[in-house]
Amino acid sequence: MAVVFSKPKALTDAPLHYCPGCTHGIIHRLVAEAIDSLGILDRTVGVAPVGCAVMSYDYFSCDMVEAAHGRAPAVATGLKRAMPDRIIFTYQGDGDLASIGMAETVHAATRNENITVIFVNNAIYGMTGGQMAPTSLPGQVTQTSPYGRDVKTVGYPIKVCELLSGLDAPEYIERVAVNNVKNVMKAKKAIKKAFQNQIEGKGFSLIEVVSSCPTNWGMTPQKALDWVESDMIPYYPLGVYRDKSAKEAE
Amino acid sequence: MAKLTFLKDVCKGCGLCVNACPLGLIVLEKDKINKKGHSPAGITDESKCVGCASCAMMCPDCVITVEK
Repeated sequence: MAVVFSKPKALTDAPLHYCPGCTHGIIHRLVAEAIDSLGILDRTVGVAPVGCAVMSYDYFSCDMVEAAHGRAPAVATGLKRAMPDRIIFTYQGDGDLASIGMAETVHAATRNENITVIFVNNAIYGMTGGQMAPTSLPGQVTQTSPYGRDVKTVGYPIKVCELLSGLDAPEYIERVAVNNVKNVMKAKKAIKKAFQNQIEGKGFSLIEVVSSCPTNWGMTPQKALDWVESDMIPYYPLGVYRDKSAKEAE
Repeated sequence: MAKLTFLKDVCKGCGLCVNACPLGLIVLEKDKINKKGHSPAGITDESKCVGCASCAMMCPDCVITVEK
């Protein structure tokens, strides 16, 4: 009998602290699988965010750096410029990347820094207890929008992929989801491509992963994934938003 | 036929594997309780499993190892 599926080497044996059914675990595994399949574990450095994934430095077996809130792309820029032979990735949530870290993200993208950014969008601030995030959907009930997000007073959600694809520089931008097996396989392929782009020196690659937060959405894990399919994906359409090399090759 | 190994004490009983199995073979073992206090996932009839690894792919905690 051959092993067809097991835990990737790029993950440690530390038990994940995430809530039951949180898709952070799936996304951690997809990143680890990409690192394993490209054989870059010994020269990969990850940058952990502030948010639910703050402890991800315990879970990845590559070197990790913990950045101040939202500053992961800036830290990654420094790491990549000081050690150009290393593979640098950041792993950030929506509060980290789309709110406090928006400046760092946009400027790293417009400089086309040769880094890989994994952006987990679950439409809420998970770690602090379910407050409204820049990506919360219109009408979504959260701790700080008990009557639903009112777009007249707090504005509309930020669509990061669409925003960044308005820039000239970024190499690769794709939005994927992890709500079913088919989408998980697509996400795996996208994350691997984002690392491959960096190995080839192509530049800034961002993968937005539409994720769930069963605890703060107040749903069962499966119901949360159903909500991703019925409400989030229509607002955040999946697909490739930028593939500069493929476009130039045409 | 495939062989599934569950790390029962790592399982958080979220049930995503239960919904992912196309053959409906995975269940949460309600009569058991693990170290974390959850009812862990398990397989009812291993002889029917085709080893597609859908359950393992949806598991957030890498509980399931699949051999074929």
